[in-house]
Amino acid sequence: MNSRTEIRNYRVELAGFRQRVVVAVGFVLVMFLLLLSRFFYVQVLQYQHYHTLAENNRISLVPSPPNRGLILDRNGVVMAHNYSAYTLEITPSKTGKLDATLDALAKIVEVTPGQRKRFAKLMAESRNFETLPLRAHLSDEEVARLAANRYRLPGVEVRARLFRQYPLQTSASHLLGYIGRINDKDVERLQAAGVYDNYRGSDHIGKVGIEQSYERELHGVTGTEQVETDANGHAGRVLARTPPISGNSLVLYLDSKLQAIAEQAFGNYRGALVAIDPRNGGVLAFVSQPGYDPNLFVDGIDTTSWNELNNSPDRPLLNRALRGAYPEGSTLKPFMALAGLSDGVRKPSDSIADPGYFMLPNSSHRYRDWKAGGHGTVDMHKAIVVSCDTYFYRLANDLGIDRMHAYLGQFGFGQKSGIDMEGELAGVLPSREWKAKRSKMPWFPGETVIAGIGQGYNLATPLQLAVATAALANGGTVYKPQLVQAIIDSRTGKRTPVAPQIVRKIAISAADLDVVRAAMEDVTRPGGTASVANAGVSYRVAAKTGTAQVVGIKQGAKYDAKRLLAIHRDHAVYIAYAPAEAPTIAVAVLVENGSHGGTTAAPIARAVMDYYLLGKLPKAVVAPATPAPGDAHAD
Amino acid sequence: MRIKRWGLRVLAHIDLPLLLLLLLLMGMSLFVQYSASGQSDARVISHGVNMLVALTIMVVVANIPPQYLLSLAVPLYAVGVVLLLGVATAGEVVNGSRRWLNLGVTRIQPSEIMKIAMPLMLAWYFHRHEAMLRLRDYGVAALLLIVPVALVAKQPDLGTALLISASGFYVLFFAGLPWRIMLGMAVVGGASLPVAWHFMHDYQQKRVLTLIDPTQDPLGAGYHIIQSTIAMGSGGSFGKGWLHGTQTHLDFLPERTTDFVFAVFGEEFGLLGNVLLLSLFLAIIVRGMMIAVSAPTLFARLMAGSLTLAFFTYAFVNMGMVSGILPVVGVPLPLVSYGGTAMVTVMLGFGILMSVKTHRKLLKS
Repeated sequence: MNSRTEIRNYRVELAGFRQRVVVAVGFVLVMFLLLLSRFFYVQVLQYQHYHTLAENNRISLVPSPPNRGLILDRNGVVMAHNYSAYTLEITPSKTGKLDATLDALAKIVEVTPGQRKRFAKLMAESRNFETLPLRAHLSDEEVARLAANRYRLPGVEVRARLFRQYPLQTSASHLLGYIGRINDKDVERLQAAGVYDNYRGSDHIGKVGIEQSYERELHGVTGTEQVETDANGHAGRVLARTPPISGNSLVLYLDSKLQAIAEQAFGNYRGALVAIDPRNGGVLAFVSQPGYDPNLFVDGIDTTSWNELNNSPDRPLLNRALRGAYPEGSTLKPFMALAGLSDGVRKPSDSIADPGYFMLPNSSHRYRDWKAGGHGTVDMHKAIVVSCDTYFYRLANDLGIDRMHAYLGQFGFGQKSGIDMEGELAGVLPSREWKAKRSKMPWFPGETVIAGIGQGYNLATPLQLAVATAALANGGTVYKPQLVQAIIDSRTGKRTPVAPQIVRKIAISAADLDVVRAAMEDVTRPGGTASVANAGVSYRVAAKTGTAQVVGIKQGAKYDAKRLLAIHRDHAVYIAYAPAEAPTIAVAVLVENGSHGGTTAAPIARAVMDYYLLGKLPKAVVAPATPAPGDAHAD
Repeated sequence: MRIKRWGLRVLAHIDLPLLLLLLLLMGMSLFVQYSASGQSDARVISHGVNMLVALTIMVVVANIPPQYLLSLAVPLYAVGVVLLLGVATAGEVVNGSRRWLNLGVTRIQPSEIMKIAMPLMLAWYFHRHEAMLRLRDYGVAALLLIVPVALVAKQPDLGTALLISASGFYVLFFAGLPWRIMLGMAVVGGASLPVAWHFMHDYQQKRVLTLIDPTQDPLGAGYHIIQSTIAMGSGGSFGKGWLHGTQTHLDFLPERTTDFVFAVFGEEFGLLGNVLLLSLFLAIIVRGMMIAVSAPTLFARLMAGSLTLAFFTYAFVNMGMVSGILPVVGVPLPLVSYGGTAMVTVMLGFGILMSVKTHRKLLKS
């Protein structure tokens, strides 16, 4: 290899290398331009898009749920309110192994098996990624212990929360209802109503009672906070906020003291009572016995309590005042009497000779009076005072089912009253059409006869009976029964009354009314069926007793309360209003298996009226503690 | 006096323009690290210590004449291959791949050694056969290239394997690998892509798919790329300002001090910052190429050229990955990402460049 070739080779080689370097630098430039165009695309052309994404990353809208409105009785007694307490909450999606977390928690604070079960139930019902309460009402010490251990328990949080509480506990439970955790069905309903957005951040919703029917007023408006949040969900600065608006408070017509007295008056009996102010339809007392403690439901009821309530033969969860349908029995008679007078079928002085039974022409079937042998000569006044069945069998037969249906319907029988609570039953006011629809059978004359004393197909809720009684008391104005009398705006504190609503005015002549009213007053006086319970009363009471048959009695057999099982005994029914000259309260009472209205139902109404009109507190338990099957059948 | 003279002699082997560019990049990196780490002084100090160590190593290497480096090529390569074999048989598994070798005293990642040993070895080989380069030599070189790359790819560490093969390929490229062969390789490579796809691990396939559509798996494989693109894009033209990147400071950006540090930079300094950073990288690359062109021997040229292009490759792959045009492979941004090993490797390369630059007179004579 000589030096020339070496040099030439070297030069050629160097030239080749330089060429490659130029290519390499060109390649680098092209690649950097590629990067540059990408940067330009992302940072300039797509800037808005990525800016928005970054802001969405950074800012989370945290809903701040509003405080729920209060429920107050007519005197301002708090019936539902909120209080703040610490809860132990778990977000199952963040805990990793949930069971391990629960076990670890159980070592730090007390967690009962019941609470764990309830948590499992909540989890099964919950929406995804939801935070669920394990335990409420932590003590300060427990909060401190949890705070110290928080670092090793991901997904576990201690939060201060507002709790709904019903301080009167079981009292007025059926009226108040309760709130419970929002479930899938609630979500669907809220979405359908287009208000689901307002429930971001809310865990609870009214489930039954006033809590349900006034949900819109009570819930309030959810606020939002724009919170800067990091990737792990830890909230930082609050950037902006719209405060929530608390729910409005409700003022009821109800007198909680009156309610409590009425409930106590039931003693161990099951039953219902509705007291209405006949001047406006306001509901003064609304009893369904037995009640339950609505506080149990607020954060999900535990299985044991639920089974206890749900399986109890007393059916404490049944709202008897609203959804219990019972035959009116003889309490229908005053309305029947008005129907007879109004249609001109009877004059007050028309009288019958009562042999103790009624027979349809061409039939040997005897429709028996409650009193064997009958009441002798009976006119309308006496028929009501002694509750003569024969008189009303005959009247019903003379009126016919069509006229009965038309007239009694005006008092609200067989229709929903329209009370501001959901789930009301309409009851049954039978008619030919009703029966045709139900059984495709023609109407039989015998069915008219027993309908005349509130038996047969007739069914009414205690609420309907109270509404009809109030209409009788005020001279024929049927009001929509109303629980809430005013709404207090949470922001202004302004109290807006809820106007009473008249459903219809029944044209009743004063003379007709006087006949029936006078007879009803005499029901409470010596010789009347409710005289014992109203002995010594210092105001004028008009009333009517009734008995609702639970089991039919065979032809020729005799009703013997002693030989019947307690649950087969007749229901006692009673309607009353007072003061008779200017009524301010109308009451309907139903006592399940209470046998006779005069003995078990009337004393309850008496206790209610004594307190309402005189402020008199009952001495002890007014109602008989046990059924009195040996009493004379005075109905 | 003696110390001063000795110091001057040491500094005589430093290429001042290159050093200034590197210091500029490092200084900027300290600021980015301070922000990315959530204003952690400790992290910045540790990063600075890494830099000092790497700079020292660079100075030491710069003082080693290229002919000594030449003689180091074969042993270093051999040690590297042996260690890689060691990894394959007795390596520690971290995060599902076998990359580390525990030598008792310390844990090392032998693939890192290969980043330097590979171009060194190939440059040595071509230097030896300088006079009569034949096609067969390219074949042998290719073999020398493939064995360690295959070992690294098997770990699996596809990113590093690609980088090592790139640095080896650059040697072939600068040694004059004929264009037609490169074209042929490109065709064969393209044709074998489906085969390669078949041999890829699930997660590797996923990364490629994720690049095409990150929204397929926004909380899994796509998360990194989505968040880093958001960071970069939301930086806009001028950035959100130092310490004000929301993606960075609210934890949305993963790996923000290491592989994704460039997203922090892009978010806080915007397109303007990116252009400046690219210019800085370009300046370093151009300076490296200038050194390569003026290098006196084939070995020196090949070393300087391929190390410079390797540096470019690291930077390009990282920025491409962070801005969402390349799949996510674990490649740090040279001198900016946190991490001592990578920094030492890169600065060792620059030490060789400086050695090449400052020993040319000696070699030429």
